[in-house]
Amino acid sequence: MDALDWALLVARVVAVFAALLVAVMLTIWFERKVIADFQTRTGPLRAGPRGILITLADGIKLFFKEGILPAMVDRPVYLIAPVIAMLPAFLAFAVVPFGTSVTLFGREVPFQVADLNVGILWILAMTSMGVYAVVLAGWASGSNYPLLGAVRSSAQMISYEVGMGLAIVAVLTYSGELSMTGVIEAQSRVWNVIPQFPAFVVFLIGGLAETNRPPFDLAEAESELVAGFHTEYSGIRFAMFFLGEYLNTVTVAAVATTLFLGGWRGPWFDGFAPWLGPLLWFVVKVVAVLYVFVLIRATLPRMRYDRLMNFGWKVLIPFGLVWVLLTGAVVVLPQEIGRRGVLLAGAAVLGLVLLASFVAPLVQRRREVAS
Amino acid sequence: MSTAGRPTPGFWEAASAIARGMATVFKQTFRPDTTERWPAEIVPTPERSHIGRHRLNRHEDGLEKCIGCELCAYACPADAIWVEGADNDPENPVSPGERYAKDYQINYLRCIMCGLCVEACPTRALTLTSYYELSFTSREEAIWTKEQLLEPPPPLGTDPVDREGR
Repeated sequence: MDALDWALLVARVVAVFAALLVAVMLTIWFERKVIADFQTRTGPLRAGPRGILITLADGIKLFFKEGILPAMVDRPVYLIAPVIAMLPAFLAFAVVPFGTSVTLFGREVPFQVADLNVGILWILAMTSMGVYAVVLAGWASGSNYPLLGAVRSSAQMISYEVGMGLAIVAVLTYSGELSMTGVIEAQSRVWNVIPQFPAFVVFLIGGLAETNRPPFDLAEAESELVAGFHTEYSGIRFAMFFLGEYLNTVTVAAVATTLFLGGWRGPWFDGFAPWLGPLLWFVVKVVAVLYVFVLIRATLPRMRYDRLMNFGWKVLIPFGLVWVLLTGAVVVLPQEIGRRGVLLAGAAVLGLVLLASFVAPLVQRRREVAS
Repeated sequence: MSTAGRPTPGFWEAASAIARGMATVFKQTFRPDTTERWPAEIVPTPERSHIGRHRLNRHEDGLEKCIGCELCAYACPADAIWVEGADNDPENPVSPGERYAKDYQINYLRCIMCGLCVEACPTRALTLTSYYELSFTSREEAIWTKEQLLEPPPPLGTDPVDREGR
């Protein structure tokens, strides 16, 4: 790597960083506008055309507000928690390919900060770091509600990550690739959302729970916990939590796009700016996923905590396991035609029956209790 | 965990309920917004609405209806009204009867627009109008004097306070 390569890399990192900040700004505006649409309101109107600068105005306000440092806090941890909330959210996006590539100064510049061969693991690792921010913030605040919010959210995020992970395992088994570029490559014929629709649904549910969005926003349930883990935060430190949360939402939408909706794939004119089409398609798909997130937020009320846990452990995870098993059978059988294939198919069916026999009594008992 | 006598919905039942709910919410997108774009566009208040500033009324001959009894001040849960009564000059009365309000003030930093003062008033001297543009920029401005309250409210949208900040 020579100086030019390094310069291009740094330029890419800075560009993605800036684009993410703008994306978060627009996401918050988009969410407010769409939810206002659902509630027959207009939403923000004043700051900029159609209120597009509302987030900027809010950000400036939060920046200049007094950052109150409560007396009971554990100072270093309290101060570092918002940074931990923000940093992994930025890092997670590093492996998401948001376009093909463009040739600059005779070099091929990919639209991706780093193409890790274990890209999806990097994303899982980084999104899990978000739990630390919540737990540390809740603990260091030295106050009751933040602590309760932190305990809730740590349990919730860890539980739903298992379900989300199983959905990802199914997709990766189907694609046979771990890197994000490879997954997109594998979707050249048909997007994963069609053969892997149940995994897509599980992934979206897990993603909503992972980013603490409604109806899974129990960590900051304002009717129960004031503001949950960030009750004691104000000013710029609260803004960092807010930013981290929306960054995570954008990242989950981008990962859903990459894994299930074919990433940047889409029809485009040949010859005219070949890098522009994929970029636009990627943005359109991410916005579509975000729209669904907002629609879910506008429709469903917050879940009760015990039902949240029941749903995560007794529905999402068993279903994910069955789906991984099925996907495995579909992928492996063609490769192992013959006696081994039949044996495997038999084993898969047997496993399914066994699982069903585990799950059915649970369902049946619930029905009996109900009646 | 009690399910309160209701049967637990099955998978398809629950899924279709969620889908129908989301469709209902989505349909709202196509309904016109109900937001009033005040102050750019001022929607007239209903004729009989009484949701805003108070007004002290006069009799048809010009005499004030207020007799300075202070019942409004006693009724006020927010302690927003200050009344000081005095004896009328028989030669030149301000109100019919013996007493009139020498001073009358309403503090709009305290007023909660509950209307109990209006209910308490024995002479219908105090009523609420539909004038809701009650912004002010200092504590002194928040206190409305008797002279101000005797004036009929101006039309909406003519308040001198610059709300746009421009």
